Parts: sequence; C-alpha cells; structure tokens
Amino acid sequence: MADTPNYNDTVVRQFTIMTVIWGIVGMTVGVFIAAQLYWPALNFDLPWLTFSRLRPLHTNAVIFAFGGSALIGTSYYVVQRTCGVRLFSETLTKFTFWGWQIVIVAVAITLPLGITQSKEYAEPEWPIDILIAAVWIAYAIVFFGTIAKRKVKHIYVANWFYGAFIIAVALLHIVNNIAIPVSLWKSYPVYSGAVDAMVQWWYGHNAVGFFLTAGFLGMMYYYVPKQVHRPIFSYRLSVVHFWALISIYMWAGPHHLHWTALPEWAQSLGMVFSLILLAPSWGGMINGIMTLSGAWHKLRDDPILRFLIVSLSFYGMSTFEGPMMSVKTVNALSHYTDWTIGHVHSGALGWVAFITIGSIYAMLPKLYGKKEMYSVPAINTHFWVSTIGVVLYIASMWIAGVMQGLMWRATNPDGTLTYTFIEALAATYPYYAVRLLGGVLFLTGMVIMAWNVVMTIRTEPGTAKAAAAEPKTA
Amino acid sequence: MSSFWSWFIIIITIANILACFWLIRWTAKPRPNEGAATDTTGHVWDEDLTEYNKPMPRWWLNLFYITIVFALVYLVLFPGLGNFDGVLGWSQVSAYEEEVQEARAEYSEVYEQYAQTPIPELAKNASAMATGQRIFANNCAVCHGSDARGATGFPNLADGAWLYGGSPDAIKQSILHGRKGVMPSFGAALGTRGVEEVAAYVYSLNGREAPRAFVEAGAAKYQQLCVSCHGQDGEGNTAIGAPDLTDDAWLYGGSLESIKNTLVNGRQGRMPAQQELLGEERVHVVSAYVYSLSAMEDGAQ
Repeated sequence: MADTPNYNDTVVRQFTIMTVIWGIVGMTVGVFIAAQLYWPALNFDLPWLTFSRLRPLHTNAVIFAFGGSALIGTSYYVVQRTCGVRLFSETLTKFTFWGWQIVIVAVAITLPLGITQSKEYAEPEWPIDILIAAVWIAYAIVFFGTIAKRKVKHIYVANWFYGAFIIAVALLHIVNNIAIPVSLWKSYPVYSGAVDAMVQWWYGHNAVGFFLTAGFLGMMYYYVPKQVHRPIFSYRLSVVHFWALISIYMWAGPHHLHWTALPEWAQSLGMVFSLILLAPSWGGMINGIMTLSGAWHKLRDDPILRFLIVSLSFYGMSTFEGPMMSVKTVNALSHYTDWTIGHVHSGALGWVAFITIGSIYAMLPKLYGKKEMYSVPAINTHFWVSTIGVVLYIASMWIAGVMQGLMWRATNPDGTLTYTFIEALAATYPYYAVRLLGGVLFLTGMVIMAWNVVMTIRTEPGTAKAAAAEPKTA
Repeated sequence: MSSFWSWFIIIITIANILACFWLIRWTAKPRPNEGAATDTTGHVWDEDLTEYNKPMPRWWLNLFYITIVFALVYLVLFPGLGNFDGVLGWSQVSAYEEEVQEARAEYSEVYEQYAQTPIPELAKNASAMATGQRIFANNCAVCHGSDARGATGFPNLADGAWLYGGSPDAIKQSILHGRKGVMPSFGAALGTRGVEEVAAYVYSLNGREAPRAFVEAGAAKYQQLCVSCHGQDGEGNTAIGAPDLTDDAWLYGGSLESIKNTLVNGRQGRMPAQQELLGEERVHVVSAYVYSLSAMEDGAQ
C-alpha cells in the first residue's frame, strides 16, 4: 500500500458516514408513514406531519440523501482507484459534499412545510433545484476531471456506468425542473397538461434507470469483483448491456401513464421499450452473479458478499417485474395499487440498499485503516434481519396490490361494482401491518449497521478486538 | 401530429431497435485474435480487477432477440410508430367504447325493465334495491355516507327532510341534473347585533329556548330579509331548495354558532348532476333506493 497514490478519502469517508445517517433518517420517515397508513391518527392533525408531506420527504431522503450520498461517495472511491489518481479539484470536491448536504437539509425543511412543485421525485422548489444543478455539475467536473487525468489507459466498466449516471441525471434534472418562479418558494413548470406529465415521467423513470440502476451498477462492477477476488465474467456482455441499457431506458417513461390522455403512440413505445429493457437489465445481473462462478463457497463465509449477491437477485427480480408491469394488460390491473409500491421497494430495498450496504461494509474498514468491520457476526445478523424485512414488505404489497386491483374491477351480474373503495381499503389493512413490520425490520438492520460502523471507526488498530477478529477472516 | 414529427418518431424508434440488434450481433461475434475464454482481457485496475471476455449466454441472447421481435410485431399491429395506427386498428378509446357497448347489451334488459317501473313500486323490488344500494355505495356514499345519513354540508337522505322535495320525481330530478343551493351572506347587511338577533330567532323556530328580546328583534329582521326564500313561518321552499327552519334537520349544523356562521358567510351547496355519469336508467334505480330509505320507514308518500 506504500506506493499507492495519495487518494482523497476524506470526502469518501464523509459521504459514507452520511449515507448511513441519511439511510436511518429516510427509512425512519418511511416506517412512520407506513404506520400512519395503519393508524391514521399518527398525523396528530398537524399539517407538516401528514402523509402527503412526509411521503415525498421519505422518497427524497432515501433516494437522494441515502442513495445519492452512497453513489457520490463510492464513485469517488472507485474512480480514484481505477484511474490510479487523486480526485480532480479539492475545492469542487468539498463543494459537492457540503452542497449536497445543504440540499438535503433544505429539502427536509421545505417539504414538511408544504413547499413543493408536486412533481414526483422532483418536489423541491426552484432555489433548491438550482443548487442541485450546481452541485451536480461540480460533481461531473470532479468525476470526469479525474477520468481525464487517469494513469490507466482503459476506462473501467464501473466508470462507464457512474459516468452515464452523472450525465443523464444532470440532463433529467435540468429539463424536468424548468419552471417560472413567481416567488421565492413557488414556481410553475413551463410544460402543461400531457406534455408536463410526459416530461415528468421521462424524468421519473430515468431517475430509476440512471440514478437507481446505472449508478448502482457502477457500484456493483467494483465491489463485487473486489470482494470475490475474481475477474468480471464477460467484457463483451458489459459492452452490450451498457449501451443497450442507457439507450433503451430513455424510452420507458410513458409506461407510467398507460390508459391516460397521453397519446397512444407514446404509451405503446413506452411498453415495447420496457420489454426490450429486460435483457439489458439482466445483463448486469448475469455479469455480477457469474463473476462468482467457481467461488460459490465464499457465499457461505462472507456476509458482505451475501449482501452483494442477494442485491443482484433482487435486481434481476425487479427488472423482470418492471417490464411485466409495463405491459398494458397487466398495468390495467396493477396501476394505482400497492403492487407498484411493492415493486419499487423490491428494487429500492432489495437492490439499491443491499448493494450499498454490502459496498459500505467492504469499503469502510479500508477507509479507516482497519482489517475488517468491528463485528462480522453483526453483518450477518443485519443481512438476515434485512432480508426478512424486504421479503415481508414486498410479499405483503404484492398480495395487497393484486387484491386491490381485483376488488376494484369486480362487477356484479347487474353491472354494478362489487366493492366500494372503502371495502378494498379495509381489506388492505392487515397487509399494511405486515409491511410496517417489514419496514421496522429493515430499519433495525440499519441501526445495527450504524453501531457496527461506529465501533469499527473507534476501535484502535491492534487492540484485543481487532486481533481477535483476525482468525475469523477466510 | 405533423408528418415531420411522425417520421422523426418512426425513424429514431426503428433506429434504436435495430441498433440493439446490431450491437448484439457485432459484439457476440468471436474475434480472430481473441484469447481463450479462460484468459482475461489483459486490463488490470486497482491491483486486482480484471475481466474475462466469455461469450454471452445463449439463452440471454435469445431472450434479447425475442423481445426485439415482439416489439417490432407489436408496433406493426398496434399504434406506436408516429401517425401509423397499426394494422389491427385498435386504440384505447375504441377498446373502451367496445366494452361500454358490450356492457350495455348485457345489462340493458334488466335496467329497461326497471325504468318502466314507477319509483314507489320499484322501491319494493328487493333485487332492484340491492342494485340501487350498490350504485349508491359506489357513487353517492362518498358524500352522503354509506348509511345515507349525510354529514355537515351533505344532506341526510334517510330522515324524511327534503331540501328539494321527497317525491319520486323530485328525487330523480335532483340526481339527474344536480342542484345548486345558495344561501347569500348577510353579515354586512345585518351587522354583528343583527346577526345575533336573527340567529336567535332562527334558533327558536323549532321550539328551542332563546332570549326573548333577541328573538323578537330577529323576527322583524327575518320578515324583511329571509322571508322571500324561507317563507313566513320558516318552513322553507322546496322549489328553490330553501331549507325548512322549523324541523330538526340542519344541513350545516343547528347550533347557535353554526347558524350565525351561515348568516355571516352564507353557504354554497352543490349536488353534482349524475345523468352523464350514470345514465338515466341507473339514476332511476338509485332514485328508488334513495326514496325507499325514508318513504319505507315513515310510510309517507
């Protein structure tokens, strides 16, 4: 390690710690609103605690605060090591960290106050949007600046994905948030009607495609082979699934607007491109999982690897489910039900959170000069608690969603609807309880992680605990 | 859509799909100078990151091809390529209209029969009332409650008190065409003292105790300002939906506070018209159901 370049790991440590903190904050809000669905009185009749205001707070916190910090932090870690150089520009690097934290805090204050653009996943108002754009451009300069001064000729596949994620998110964010301000905290989008809806879901679905998929695939392409100590399965598969993924994701947005006033041609294109997307998505899963071929036994001993590989299984599952739900016939049943919520969480918890958690467990000891995490058994506990949590969450939402869809469309022999809306809601109640339990378990896992992170950082190298842990490593 | 944009969509759509096809074919081809599958590409990053260049799994390539073929076939059959409507001529609007036609054909017989039955008679038909109850539950219960007993601002339909009359015809008119009830605001005209007085008088109309001086002063003002709608004795006027003030039914609450609030700010009541949404035949059935709620209990006509 003596001849390694002088990497900027301070910013990586900052983002990593904030990932854990924002993860706990965002998921706590999630658990709270899940509880509100079961006990509506939990909004205490306070406007800033109502579901409608806290739900966007939850989504923004887990996607942009937790996911965003994880992506920026790991991309800084990965790009330095795969390019063999220190990050470009100290000042801009610092600005990305502090700027992003200010964005998060501003969002966390304004959303509960009811200051919102009412565009899903793009709720923050225009002053915050401008700051986001500034931070993002700085991030792009740091990332691509580092790539530009790399000492390794070939650009590693993880950086293709991180790079695509950074460029696409800049484009999406700026185009979707073009608005005319009427006051400091109120603006109106320049788009209207079906065009506004289409721009919003072009943004919304690509936030899934580039933020929650391409970015985390970048993470996967570094931490999985590192953890397994084996070569990536197939370079040519990387090439195919990268180009296919980024070109096809751009089309898929209209599947959020099936059976609406959106023109027919746009709906159809959204559907067929979502189906074509299945194979490119699975390309990433295959490349990750097959990297393990010949080393499957490592799954038995290494809970970190288990997080990484199970995340890929969830990724494969949700990228199969997504194209199926985009088929108009299926969508007619699934749309507006809790099935959608289950689908999102199988991706968000099973894929995004798992790959992040695994990557942080792999990276954190290295960032702090430790051999491994303070407690490996605690990682294992975290793994099982979270896995049970995710399974309870998505299974309950699947059942609830399909049930709601069937109840809403059921008709009597006289043509009247069999069930009123309130009857379908009442039938969903038990599943809301199971979902809440799943969320509580997942959050518990994050708290175990936070404890493990704190203990790892505090443990002096060479102490009894650090030494005792050594023989356990495979 | 202009033909420019139509062609623009067609060209980039087909180009992107074909580009995927080309990408798989081109990348899947073995290169002459390529090493064995067990060799890595020779690139090394961060000390130990390397890559194999194994062939892509056959089943995965086939999956990719199948989705591409499906997409192309779908875009020939269904609307998707710009202005091209697809050879099947399907659209979501035509699909909807077809389903509505089918439903009409399937259900019209029974509704036609109901439509010819007068409401009082229909109200005694158990299966018609079961249908009426379901129509009510899915369309009316949101405001009037699943027991039809209403809420503040939404009339109780089961108590025999009617703003626009409880005859079968009046009920059906209310549902078919909707109603707009307007109580003008008298805050400015009456002043604070005047509001107190008229409120006391209205409060006393159904036999409740109120300070005599206020009631008397209020009665005089009532005869000037309120009488044209609510009538000399306060019994209202169903022709314009002016409520009877002498009974126990209070649309916006009968407390002194609520009455004062009504006087000061006025009220706007709106029953939306259902003719477009439900059609006359279903309105007929649900009218009979609503009629049955109070008429059956009270034995009133």
